Amino acid sequence: MVSRIEEDKSRFDRIVRGRIKNELRKYITHGEMIGRKGKDYVSIPLPQIDIPHFRYGRNKQGGVGQGEGEIGDALGPPGPGGENPGAGDAPGQHMMEVDISITELAKLLGEELELPRIQPRGSKNITAVRDKYVGIRTTGPESLRHFKRSFREALKREMATGTYDPDNPIVVPMQPDKRYRSWREVRLPENNAVIVYIMDVSGSMGDEQKEIVRVESFWIDTWLRSQYKQIESRYIVHDAVATEVDQKTFYSTRESGGTKISSAYKLCNEIIDRHYPVSDWNIYPFHFSDGDNWGGGDTKECVRLLREDLLPKVNLFCYGQVESPYGSGQFIKDLEKEFREPDALVTSQIKDRDAIYESIKQFLGKGR
Amino acid sequence: MNAGSRTSPELQRLAMSIAELARSHGLDFFDTIFEVVDYKQMNEIAAYGGFPSRYPHWSFGMGFDQLEKGYSYGLQKIYEMVINNNPSYAYLLECNAMVDQKLVMAHVYAHVDFFKNNLCFAPTNRKMMDVMANHGTRVRKYVEKHGEDAAESFLDTCHSLDNLIDFHALSQVRRRPVAKTSVSDEEAGPEHEVPRLRAKQYMENFINPEVFLEEQRERRRKKAVEQLKVPESPERDVLLFLLEHAPLPRWQQDLLSIVRDEAYYFAPQAQTKIMNEGWATYWHTKMMTETLLEASEVVDYADHHSGTVHTPPGGFNPYKLGLALFRDIEERWNKGRFGPDWDDCEDWAAKRRWDKKTGVGREKIFEVRRLYNDVTFVDTFMTEDFCREHKLFHYAYNKQTDQYHIDSRDFQKVKQQLLFQLTNFGQPIISVVNGNHRNRGELYLVHQHEGADLKLDQAEDSLRSLYRLWQRPVHLETVVFERHKVLTFDGKEHTRREIKAADA
Repeated sequence: MVSRIEEDKSRFDRIVRGRIKNELRKYITHGEMIGRKGKDYVSIPLPQIDIPHFRYGRNKQGGVGQGEGEIGDALGPPGPGGENPGAGDAPGQHMMEVDISITELAKLLGEELELPRIQPRGSKNITAVRDKYVGIRTTGPESLRHFKRSFREALKREMATGTYDPDNPIVVPMQPDKRYRSWREVRLPENNAVIVYIMDVSGSMGDEQKEIVRVESFWIDTWLRSQYKQIESRYIVHDAVATEVDQKTFYSTRESGGTKISSAYKLCNEIIDRHYPVSDWNIYPFHFSDGDNWGGGDTKECVRLLREDLLPKVNLFCYGQVESPYGSGQFIKDLEKEFREPDALVTSQIKDRDAIYESIKQFLGKGR
Repeated sequence: MNAGSRTSPELQRLAMSIAELARSHGLDFFDTIFEVVDYKQMNEIAAYGGFPSRYPHWSFGMGFDQLEKGYSYGLQKIYEMVINNNPSYAYLLECNAMVDQKLVMAHVYAHVDFFKNNLCFAPTNRKMMDVMANHGTRVRKYVEKHGEDAAESFLDTCHSLDNLIDFHALSQVRRRPVAKTSVSDEEAGPEHEVPRLRAKQYMENFINPEVFLEEQRERRRKKAVEQLKVPESPERDVLLFLLEHAPLPRWQQDLLSIVRDEAYYFAPQAQTKIMNEGWATYWHTKMMTETLLEASEVVDYADHHSGTVHTPPGGFNPYKLGLALFRDIEERWNKGRFGPDWDDCEDWAAKRRWDKKTGVGREKIFEVRRLYNDVTFVDTFMTEDFCREHKLFHYAYNKQTDQYHIDSRDFQKVKQQLLFQLTNFGQPIISVVNGNHRNRGELYLVHQHEGADLKLDQAEDSLRSLYRLWQRPVHLETVVFERHKVLTFDGKEHTRREIKAADA
């Protein structure tokens, strides 16, 4: 059962996202909560709707505070979550790191496209190493200092040496008194996924086409990352031959020459076989091309590779055909003809930027 | 002593022994039901202002979102929540350590004592749990009947005006006697006699026929009634005025009255924040350190207590101020440091040694907790010595540096500022002056300016909300940059008109 507060919260979320009640949109403030991560302040996005009231303008108001300080001293930033009615939004905050929540983004995407949650394949014994705090030791970083244990040690020492005075019970811990939390590495089961991006970089793929691929990959990446704890990405570019490259090269390479898609599928298959055993990994190859494959039976070879090697191994194989200035190729039709009841294979035509939306839905709408 | 389903026998025993201890100290509270909840339930309950059965509205979802994020990023955690009700409900966090539960229970009993005995809370409804559930049912009924959007939008409008109640009224007024609708001849004006045409005696009945005169009198009376002011004197409870006079359908009237009732229920808690928290903190420290603490718990207790009264540099913490004031009062009344003798004494050394062994400190703080609210509490008991000892200061905004700076440690200035913040609970004082402005049924409100301007964009949007209820043009007289202005919304556009101060 959905609790009542969840209903109220989802109603609030929908207002923030502009689905309902547009008259309230202008009162939305994109506030943030200031958290602390180590030495840095981090910002946690916190949208709020500020219903208008008759209230005082804040800026010129003073207030009352408590503490040391000379007249004229500037006040430091207020403590996070400090409840001071007078100085609510008082001094400027020092923001050092801003984290835009990718989780929130993925959630938005998921809701927007009504994507199903992915069911990881099988139950595999994939493990990951995690730190677990288990004990106490006498050395360690200050950030792990155990206040109570340190204090108790100090008290013990003072009692033993007779310096403890019950009437003036001040206990000052010294270095040997300090105790720190210690940890052990444990292995926990986890789901891992790898995304193999394959892009056709033959002469017919222009900048506009690459931009489409990039935008679409970003969103796919975001979504899959929200579904798996750990994601690895591999990048393959191909024209007549295929090479594995890093992310930067992937988006910036511009080759020329013919197109032999089978070369890329072969390489993809090799990478999977070498690094990603099917029993341990959820595998997602995404292939983008303008579909203008070289004649001479290469398409047949591709179909064979897919049917015999790739499809049995992957969760999902996505083929996106981008329309280029030279028109759209034949490859997508060939695939659709060969795989009439596509299961692990999804194809999608991407005419222009506006079609990205639909295409993502086609790719990820299966929940695999 | 009742206990919720998830309260362990150990906690129940603890609750009982702490209640007994609290009674032995003289605390007097309602039966208190402790419920143990997990953090998510706690956040949910807190988002609903303590009432799990409250009416549905997105704003509670927003509060919940905030609490959830605050909790999951480790910024804040609610240890306890207590409801002013008879019996009182208190929620404890499941994951609290035993020492925390002790502290929290001691704290809770003092809060409930405060709810039961402080005068500000006297008019609050002690069956609020039921009332809130009732409100919830009614709102759900309207949602079903008139649609979610219609009901919710109307609630938004009401929420926008929910600070327009009379915060310092001693009791919430239900309905006022109906305003006057007739006027006697004497009240109709000094020249209430209808002028007659001059006529000779025998012609009188023909030239000034009695029927005509009566007609004229009637007309004058009517006019006088029209000129009668509604309300008769400025009305601080704007929501009540709207309830009685705005042309609303029944269901909207009911929603408005729900919002108003809840605003009145929560008002005393805002009015006594410093005192209430100070009182609860005073008692939990006393009971914990004198009786309840086990030796092994001292360090954790000290750690958590110092968190409660921690003041961020330059900040302000009502728990700490309240606690310090109560202790100061107890000491002064124990040592007889009050009355004319003490006030007139100029000898600093004598004042330091002053101890008349009057020993009435405890009695005094119990009296204070019954009779005062934050404003009178600070006004009466914050002394210059206290201010100096606790290093209070006044800060102001500096345009050039875009920062706040400490600008004074002068006692009067600090106290003035604190009282200003507390008066009307930091809300501007706005009253209805005329419900028939310009004799055209327009609504005229006046903001009593006390040095700080209103936020203009929000004020104009709030006028829009008022218009939605009043359905005739609405005006607000206020001061903007030291000039008297009237902000108007006539249903289509906003206008600002400057007036002379005396025009009001």
